[in-house]
Amino acid sequence: MELVCPAGSLPALKNAVDNGADAVYFGFRDSTNARQFAGLNLNDKRAAEGIGYAHSKGARVFCAINTYPQPRGWQQWTTAVDRAASLGVDAIILADMGLLDYAANRYPDLPRHLSVQGSATSYEALQFYKDTFDIRRAVLPRVLSLDQVKGVAKHSPVELEVFAFGSLCIMAEGRCYLSSYLTDESPNSKGACSPAKAVRWEETADGSLESRLNDVLIDRYARGEPAGYPTLCKGRFEVEGDVYHAIEEPVSLNTLDLLPELKDLGISAVKIEGRQRSPAYIADVARTWRQALDRLDSGPDFAVDPAWQSTLAGLSEGGLTTLGAYHRKWK
Amino acid sequence: MMKLSLGPILWFWSKQTVFDFYGKAAEWPVDTIYLGEAVCSRRRELKPDDWFDLARDLKACGKEVVLSTQTLIESEADLRRLRRICDQHEFVVEANDQSAMQVAMRNGIPFVTGPSMNVYNVPTLKVLARQGLQGWNLPVELGRDTLEELISGLQAEGLDLPAEVFAWGFLPLAWSSRCFTARHYNLPKDNCEFRCLEHPDGMEVRSRENQELFRINGTSTLSGSRYDLMRELPDMKRMGVSTVRLSPEHQGMDEVVNRFDQVRRGETPVTDPLQLVEAPPCNGYWYGKPGMELV
Repeated sequence: MELVCPAGSLPALKNAVDNGADAVYFGFRDSTNARQFAGLNLNDKRAAEGIGYAHSKGARVFCAINTYPQPRGWQQWTTAVDRAASLGVDAIILADMGLLDYAANRYPDLPRHLSVQGSATSYEALQFYKDTFDIRRAVLPRVLSLDQVKGVAKHSPVELEVFAFGSLCIMAEGRCYLSSYLTDESPNSKGACSPAKAVRWEETADGSLESRLNDVLIDRYARGEPAGYPTLCKGRFEVEGDVYHAIEEPVSLNTLDLLPELKDLGISAVKIEGRQRSPAYIADVARTWRQALDRLDSGPDFAVDPAWQSTLAGLSEGGLTTLGAYHRKWK
Repeated sequence: MMKLSLGPILWFWSKQTVFDFYGKAAEWPVDTIYLGEAVCSRRRELKPDDWFDLARDLKACGKEVVLSTQTLIESEADLRRLRRICDQHEFVVEANDQSAMQVAMRNGIPFVTGPSMNVYNVPTLKVLARQGLQGWNLPVELGRDTLEELISGLQAEGLDLPAEVFAWGFLPLAWSSRCFTARHYNLPKDNCEFRCLEHPDGMEVRSRENQELFRINGTSTLSGSRYDLMRELPDMKRMGVSTVRLSPEHQGMDEVVNRFDQVRRGETPVTDPLQLVEAPPCNGYWYGKPGMELV
């Protein structure tokens, strides 16, 4: 299985490659990709340097152009595809059907991966994307259980990549408009969820800390309680008198335990989420997963090293990890 | 005249409630009715044959009937239900996922795309038109300016693809494999006791400052405020919108339909206020603002 790591910056890209990534993925510095953060992502010059570096070390580079262009932005998105092609990336990661069509016609030899934002959760959907746009690979949304992944993998007409580690989206990706409902930006439209520009932190008179998104109270932390970024689906809300994480707790996805099963299913690649993370984080995560994948390939008795788990737990949201939807009980 | 449609029932209602609802809807001035379960695979108060019977009855009453499909397809059982819906040649299918488009295309069934399908630009519509697309819904997060560009872009391409706009009701905003209703009751999804039946309008999710944010409804999350584009109908008509979608609620729907019917005919509605579930109105998306806002 291929280890695919995020490259939100040139130092992160180099750290990923140096620590064992088989492939890295990046986006341009605009809303054409699903991790639009100030100061993040690569301009053409940096991208060219990163691609050169990765290729010199035998790693592949994918470019994510995985948001949904509206009519007035159309040309910016096709230009992003043109730029990626002329930079010599090894594949482009797309979600929009119009853009997939553009890329398939204009650059038939440039491999196309279906982004997780393309919301393909069944082999019928994969067949649609294969027949219509000749995609080579698809990234599966993080909503399927392991049994369901098995069902998809058995009949999949394309290579599959699954999420292995990082932030956990619990909604079917590509079809979640919660962020644009509270703010004016969503992953689909602007490549942003719960955008930083809408975040406000406030300390109240009693010493508690409040996190707000476009003025909406997402969470309130007692003095000394660890506080997390106000991703709107991970706040504490009230439902019929109960205040709790009504949608999801602030935890990270970690599938180390599932590696043997994923390998048996013929999954082609495991993906690390986190282009917004620091180069040091990327180095630690890439190194840990490289060790795990090497151990997996070295023999039949794979066992998760407790040191890997503690490294990954230390890098996770709230110090907690979950198997997410892969584990049926989570649902 | 613009058409009025009733979207699929997004909530979980008992079989009798569903039959009663459509019994009345047969008399309402709506042109198109979308039938079927679009949210959760565990909601089977109506069997596939019940839906087909209902579809034929409503068709006999002069309604245009479209069969809706589940939005998040996860399992082989989901695909079996989907194939069943597409194994007929009487009705158009509303594809709410690429899986449905694939099966409809293979069977040669005409389809329209629902509001959860990501139709954000004209090239996307051109691709789908080649595959048998008959009409499309504007994704809920897109506003009037984008809609206008899409419609004029289609006209420039010489493509006749009728546009439908979700114009009234709680906005479907997200789908998950997790059931939030079961989670509220600390029940496993596979043994949820069908608690959604107790919440015909979903369950309110409020901030700790008592602000209505969302409505959880099984595996789906809807807006906490009710989208209402009634006063935008003249604008939609000018733009060339074909159909205005109203999303079913279990009370007061006849009033809603009558009001929209009056407005599409250019009359001013007189009935006021509406007897409906309490929820603030919103229309932010239409104006390119946060969806929850009211302009």
